[in-house]
Amino acid sequence: MTTDLWAIGSLVPPGLVLIAAGLLLPALSGSGLWRAALLLVAPLVTLALVWQVPDGAAIAFDYLGYRLVPLKADALARLFATVFAGMAFAGALFALNQRRTLELAAAFIYAGSAIGAVFAGDLITLFVFWELMAIGSTLVIWAGGRGAAGAGLRYAAIHLLGGALLMAGIAGEVASTGDLAFKAMAADSWPRYLILAGFLINAGAPPFSAWLADAYPEASWSGTVFLSAFTTKTAVYVLLRGFPGTELLIYVGLYMVFYGIIYAILENDMRRILAYSIVNQVGFMIAGIGIGSQMALNGAAAHAFVHIIYKALLLMSAGSVLLMTGRRKCTELGGLFRTMPLTSICGIIGALSISSFPLTSGFPAKAMISQGAADAQLAVVWFLLAAASAGVFLHAGIKFPWFVFFQRDSGLRPDEPPWNMRAAMVLFAIASLAFGVAPAWLYALLPYDVAYVPYTPSHVVYQLQLLLFSGLAFFVMLGWLKRTETITLDTDWFYRRLAPWLVAWFAAHVTPHLQRLADRAQGYSNRLLAELYRHHGPEGVLGRHWPTGNMAFWITLMLGLSLLMYYA
Amino acid sequence: MSEGALLLTAAAGGRGLALGAQLPALQVVAPLLGAILCAFLRKGVLAWAIASLVTWAMPVVALALLWQVQTAGAISYAMGGWAPPWGIEYRVDALTAFVLLLVSGAAALMMPFARKSVAGEVDGDKQAWFYTMFLLCLAGLLGITITGDAFNAFVFLEISSLSTYVMIALGRDRRALVAAYQYLIMGTIGATLYVLGVGLLYTLTGTLNLVDLGTRLDAIGMTPPVLAALSFLTVGISLKLALFPLHAWLPGAYAYAPSFVTAFLAATATKVAVYLLVRYLYSVFPLVRMLSEVPLFELLVALSIAGMLGASLVAVFQDNVKRLLAYSSVAQVGYIMLGVGLANEPGLTGALAHLMNHAVTKAALFLAVGAAYYRLCTVRELTTLRLSDLAGLGRQMPVTLGIFTLGGLSIIGVPGTAGFISKWYLALGALEHGWWWVVVAIMASSLIAVVYIGRVIEVAWFRPAATALAEAGRPNAAMYLSMAAFAALTVYLGFATEWSVGLAGRAARMLLELAP
Repeated sequence: MTTDLWAIGSLVPPGLVLIAAGLLLPALSGSGLWRAALLLVAPLVTLALVWQVPDGAAIAFDYLGYRLVPLKADALARLFATVFAGMAFAGALFALNQRRTLELAAAFIYAGSAIGAVFAGDLITLFVFWELMAIGSTLVIWAGGRGAAGAGLRYAAIHLLGGALLMAGIAGEVASTGDLAFKAMAADSWPRYLILAGFLINAGAPPFSAWLADAYPEASWSGTVFLSAFTTKTAVYVLLRGFPGTELLIYVGLYMVFYGIIYAILENDMRRILAYSIVNQVGFMIAGIGIGSQMALNGAAAHAFVHIIYKALLLMSAGSVLLMTGRRKCTELGGLFRTMPLTSICGIIGALSISSFPLTSGFPAKAMISQGAADAQLAVVWFLLAAASAGVFLHAGIKFPWFVFFQRDSGLRPDEPPWNMRAAMVLFAIASLAFGVAPAWLYALLPYDVAYVPYTPSHVVYQLQLLLFSGLAFFVMLGWLKRTETITLDTDWFYRRLAPWLVAWFAAHVTPHLQRLADRAQGYSNRLLAELYRHHGPEGVLGRHWPTGNMAFWITLMLGLSLLMYYA
Repeated sequence: MSEGALLLTAAAGGRGLALGAQLPALQVVAPLLGAILCAFLRKGVLAWAIASLVTWAMPVVALALLWQVQTAGAISYAMGGWAPPWGIEYRVDALTAFVLLLVSGAAALMMPFARKSVAGEVDGDKQAWFYTMFLLCLAGLLGITITGDAFNAFVFLEISSLSTYVMIALGRDRRALVAAYQYLIMGTIGATLYVLGVGLLYTLTGTLNLVDLGTRLDAIGMTPPVLAALSFLTVGISLKLALFPLHAWLPGAYAYAPSFVTAFLAATATKVAVYLLVRYLYSVFPLVRMLSEVPLFELLVALSIAGMLGASLVAVFQDNVKRLLAYSSVAQVGYIMLGVGLANEPGLTGALAHLMNHAVTKAALFLAVGAAYYRLCTVRELTTLRLSDLAGLGRQMPVTLGIFTLGGLSIIGVPGTAGFISKWYLALGALEHGWWWVVVAIMASSLIAVVYIGRVIEVAWFRPAATALAEAGRPNAAMYLSMAAFAALTVYLGFATEWSVGLAGRAARMLLELAP
């Protein structure tokens, strides 16, 4: 009997359970207990179902004359679906006392469609879930309140643009190859470039990296936790499956790595720092995908897995601070360690993990990407990644916990957040440590066999040195990091000279250019808009009421034109 | 198959006056007689009841015809017993049955909405006349579709147009009169060009029967007079179907007509004109497709794309909600004509399927706007609906605005809605020609649709409410029933495509002579 049940269970797309739960949620908003039960049980059922999906195509049918495979599993899909389902559970636990049902319902639809996209065996299914994710995540942002309306609209516009590119690419791919299956592709034709562009927009790649830091911090204290996990990591997943070893991705990834670091260092809003850090971390993964060796791909997948956990942990601790204090700027926070010790410790564990401190989950995962670069003899890439690792520690590893929990005493004395939020943080803190202490658990989930030993003396020492020195740099440069506009020049230590000089140079030479470029772009778009309005606006030629004579004129013209063309 | 349909088909097997054999006539005569009945009744409620009964019978007839066509092939019905090509022939094939079902089905689903909405917008003593005009218009539209005779089509074109002018003029806004007048002038010019084209063909061939015309023109070839006739016909009909830049009559007519009329016209009138053009281009002038010297199809594609982009951009800046949707309709006509111009199987399938998908979607949108107008009218004096009037209405009328949002998603072409399906086929059709830029234009137009639909959604859901609404002014259950039916169809046709793509594909293969 039980085996029969499992057999049926293996045919239920796991993502649909979460989507159904999300749709059911508004009906239960009155009753607290049922609501909580649904919120916690649905992700666990999903997680169980994820592991029931057999390898290969589980569901397939014909639609519009094409073969659709809405449910198809392998190790890679299962890895992402597992962490998505786990994320949905921890996020729901964290958000239990979020009163806005819209946000939770949308978050579940969002998470469910992310899982659906991961199990998609064909491009149409992928596209459908892709768009559902865009809708769900936009609603999550909008649930953040009045201030989020504009950011949500901008977010929706970017993602609809990405969806349109993807759709055009898929249509072209089907037309040129006649094959709908979602498999590894070489970026060698226009349809595939379009598909790649659609994927990259969701990953936060240039030139559209800004949507992420624009939109995510506008969501509520719990909404950002959900948002951090699904969109970019689904993009990483589809790139892993669709475009492994595409060289372009190395450069895109490196750009994102440094873009994230520079903007996170300049930023003051704690959750925006963490949002830029998502771009930075996804950059590592995309660079790994670009390298394309089994080692690097494993590394990208493992990094995505652990990154979801520790980034959610960081944003949970930031969300707790936001909920308890109502403040989000580093300059308004500080000294919260006294009254929020658990939140601080969890935040620190997240921060150490993101910096790949030994014995945290970041260490065994990220190292594989660097190893992949080394194996492929990409010295420059390896060097840049190593430099960026130090930068990660600088902006996310120390800056976030230091300014929020330590630094000066802001005079705030907030309590710890409610039990469920603490429980969610502890859960993910334990997970972060567990995968760091026992990397074998992580490696067992990866798509390729792992013959990599992270804890060698030289690697540990190398990493500690890197972290130690960038930590030192942080405290030495503290005065500068605090006030990003002014730069002190009266000291002469190496980092103080180099790093501030770089930033000053950047501010003096590059920023004005960027500003000018942005102004000019703004000018152009304003002029374009004015031009459009002139012709298409309510008083424009095309939009206003035409006199009857004008209409008749056009008829005559059309008639004459067609006669002329036919006889010519 | 229901018992009734079985009876009908059993009757079709018999001879003489058996109901099944007379269905083609019934499709047109019933609304004509209903219109006369309404005119004599003079009471709004009774007229509505008659109109509803007649209108609800029409899809049953259309379904029976569809079933006959699918089982026994095309039907030829000699009106009054005069054998074609001398007498008037009513001819029902796969395409005709599809359009008949679309027009009659859309009208039938709208009737529950009509009672309250029309009572709210049209004076009491004019309501019976209103339903008279509505039934006349319906008879005209069904007649254009079912007739196999070029001149008879002209007569029905005039019947439907004249009644439409009257219905538009009944709108509350004073500008409705100007809009109706402009449409009258334009419609008359269009009809004149049409009849000139038909006249030319008649002098050349001596026949008015469309099938007969097709075979005779095949023998004559594409001589200059034939090309002239083609020009007159295409320009004349393009005006009726609002092909850009001959669309200028449409926004005013849609914006100021009563809500119900706008929804009805948007769902049916332009669609029937598209049908007529498709009939001429593919059945009467099949040579045009083979002839590269006549760039008709290229011209259609170019104008369609100009309409898709130009009219969508105009919609972005519109302040009047119905005008905004009207420009969106012009853009959607562009999609349909794009498929007609592509002239291959996926393209034509997409165009014909979009007839149905757009009809369903736009009906949902215009009915939702009509319901919003109905509610707002109870608390303040409004002649037309501006965007700002919708502020905060999402929270006050969540179902109505929810349906609007759903319709908007379908206009944008989000997967899972009807709008996606047709765009998909259109894209495939363009790619079959290797025309990448057309796919880009389709996507660009969808993006612009995101902006204009997004503007309405933003105002309706995210702005604070402008006015407190009275409980008494709620739309009644019947109005919700109509809206919900179209909303449900919008989603249903996004997943199950047998009724849209299935029927459209069959018609397209017939037109392209890929299948009998």
